[in-house]
Amino acid sequence: MATDLLQLLYYGLVYGAIVALGAIGVSLIFGILRFANFSHGDLMTTGSYVALALVGWLGWPLWAAVAPAAIATGVIAIVLDRLFYRHLRRTAPVILLIASFGSGLILRSIVQIIFGPDNHVYRTGISIPFRWQGLVITPDSLWVLGGAIVMVILVHLFLSHTRMGKSMRAMSDNMDLALVSGIPAERVVMWTWIIGGILAAIGGILLSMDTKLHPTVGYHELLPIFAAAIVGGIGRPYGAILGAFIISLAMQYSTLIISPAYMPAVAFTIMLVVLIIRPSGLFKGTL
Amino acid sequence: MNLLEINDVYGGYGGGDILKGVSLNMEARDIVVIVGPNGAGKSTLMKSAFGLVSIRSGLVRFDGSDITRLRPDKIVRRGISYVPQEKNVFPTLSVEENLQIGGYILKENLKKRIEAIYAMFPRLAERRRQAAGSMSGGERQMVAMGRALMLDPKLLLLDEPTAGLSPAYIDQTFDSVKQINDNGVGILMVEQNAKQALAIASRGYVLTNGQNRHEDTGAGLLANREVAEMFLGG
Amino acid sequence: MELINLLNYALFFLTLASVYAILTLALNLQWGLTGLFNLGIAGFFAVGAYTSAILTTPEHAGYVGGFDLPIFVGAIAAMITSSIVAVIIGLITVRLRTDYLAIASIGVAEIIRLYFKNAEWLTNGVRGIPGIPRPFGGQPVLLLLLLLAIVIAVYFLVERARISPWGRVLRAQRENEDGTLAAGKNTNRFRLESFVVGSALMGLAGALYAHFIGFITPQAFQPLYGTFLVWVMLIAGGSGNTLGALLGGFAIWLIWSGTQILADFLPSTLSTQAGAVRVLLIGLLLEIVLLLRPQGLIPEKRTALVPRKKSDKGKG
Repeated sequence: MATDLLQLLYYGLVYGAIVALGAIGVSLIFGILRFANFSHGDLMTTGSYVALALVGWLGWPLWAAVAPAAIATGVIAIVLDRLFYRHLRRTAPVILLIASFGSGLILRSIVQIIFGPDNHVYRTGISIPFRWQGLVITPDSLWVLGGAIVMVILVHLFLSHTRMGKSMRAMSDNMDLALVSGIPAERVVMWTWIIGGILAAIGGILLSMDTKLHPTVGYHELLPIFAAAIVGGIGRPYGAILGAFIISLAMQYSTLIISPAYMPAVAFTIMLVVLIIRPSGLFKGTL
Repeated sequence: MNLLEINDVYGGYGGGDILKGVSLNMEARDIVVIVGPNGAGKSTLMKSAFGLVSIRSGLVRFDGSDITRLRPDKIVRRGISYVPQEKNVFPTLSVEENLQIGGYILKENLKKRIEAIYAMFPRLAERRRQAAGSMSGGERQMVAMGRALMLDPKLLLLDEPTAGLSPAYIDQTFDSVKQINDNGVGILMVEQNAKQALAIASRGYVLTNGQNRHEDTGAGLLANREVAEMFLGG
Repeated sequence: MELINLLNYALFFLTLASVYAILTLALNLQWGLTGLFNLGIAGFFAVGAYTSAILTTPEHAGYVGGFDLPIFVGAIAAMITSSIVAVIIGLITVRLRTDYLAIASIGVAEIIRLYFKNAEWLTNGVRGIPGIPRPFGGQPVLLLLLLLAIVIAVYFLVERARISPWGRVLRAQRENEDGTLAAGKNTNRFRLESFVVGSALMGLAGALYAHFIGFITPQAFQPLYGTFLVWVMLIAGGSGNTLGALLGGFAIWLIWSGTQILADFLPSTLSTQAGAVRVLLIGLLLEIVLLLRPQGLIPEKRTALVPRKKSDKGKG
């Protein structure tokens, strides 16, 4: 029984790391661009498939494909912003939400058209899990944890030590004051998409390593990601990380009581409870 | 030459006019206070010097140039800074980061300006790593003013700086205002604590219904019986 | 295509379009009139469909059935269950700000769909419920006429509601919430009422869908088809505008069906991807509609119901 609990804890940490990478991006975008980006899951999918293209068609090793895939996703995010969201900046947030859902559809369908509707993997063959202290651990899951930790540290350094990072936090905290201080809004927007895109791509690659590649693999995680961002507080990247682990662990431990099929429902329920009781989230978000 | 000239301005926020032909003048290094009942247009008058008001007719001139139609991010580069009444800091950023953002457009001298602000407000230096949102009202007000002073403005606009503060912090804030003025910055401020504000002011304007009602030196307005009865609580 | 096939297809198209028109009219009540950004349409659609299906199908092994009730009872029951669910959900969500309401409502719809997918004792899970009785034995012309009649009835209902005193309050509070509160109207109660009525109509649409198609599975109620397609219809037609909602419903359904026909003409290499191509087209269509005409085909004539009071920060 204790090993079961420990195993669930481990799954919770691994899945939570993936959700965290998505949630940080969603939270920043929500805080700075002021809308719920419903295409974020599909950005994750895009990143994982760009990596697949490099691995599958060009024969690159996966670790070499990560950076190009991340940058490509950041660029795609900026392109979507220029094509669609930029023209809608003055409209209501709900219009942007719908527009982001539309771009999510576009990304998802292009991925499926190019790569087909079937599952893919980065590497064929079975990876042997090993046992440690009674826990079953796959090598890939260690990469997920490691990769996520590295990314979180990098994001932290960016947000706290660079001028652009501080500007992003400032805009998220108090948009009017930031604009009046002369912060270049459009440049911050561009960086927000870059950071969001990079995190989404890496989250997507790790997700696909942990599960599989499929055109809807990222979309499937969209609502847990939103749940994490809301629980943590919109515009609060560190809150998003905490929210991700809370959601993930709750989802894993819920399987002790109810069917695993209802795991997403656990995430949604927590999100609903937070929206009712304390909509600004744990770290008192900006919205 | 006048530092700021607001000439017969009519304007508001897109609905009807809140300012109905109001004027104001100030010289460099003045402290000018705007008082009056609620809804008189005090904040609006001040904000018209920062591009936050739709001005239908009239003129706003700063340091000789017409700034009537300029937007805030352009005005801030000309030497006017604005401290709103609420939401005037970046709450999750530290004191030092607030100042850094305040000086965002500085190409060089960022560190020098920050040290200058710390020299003026030693308390802020002590708490430079603390999140601005976790500070007490009076200290937060200091951060707000410090952020605005980063660009070394010639004119500082303060919207009810002592609102919601305890008496000790109110005194401290007025002391800070004087200190800033001693450093050569003109102050235009809206205040409910009219008596204390007028006591440090060179000039005061009383506004009612979007129009000028009285105008005098600070001391003059304090001595004015009508003003005292109506607006200063006797 | 032979004429008879074309005719049959046209009837099928118009009937299904009518179902979506009802959904769009219902959403217009919630969003256009009241400003409730409901992304959970698919949930109420599903509740209505499953309620009516379960109550009207004969006995089945493995899951609940055998009530064999008449279709109109099923439809009414669908509206009742949708209303009940809406009251529960509404009490929680109507007071939320718009984008939180959106996320909450999509969460609710997904929970409902997950439940229907997994509660095999009730719904037969992913296998779905077959053999749902069809009115008039499935005669297409009569079915279509029935549905068109219902569409017209719903249209007049929504339009009458819009111009009624109740509707005026809704529109006023959508434009100027502070003013309405000051006038003494309990804002949340009106929002809840609008939410429930709209959801009941969505449940009705679900029941009609079930009885028209004759077979339902959880797949039919995915967010894409059940919710977002309806939103495209409403935006394209003009939100807030009843006639626009109706026309938007039919127009977008025409385009959506058009993509199905186009996909049939694709070269065989791409035809396996026809589904993805349709999704791509609908995504692009959505963006185009939003960029070109965010106010829709027939924009609402805005009359100021409550004089705008611009409140600025800080006392004047």
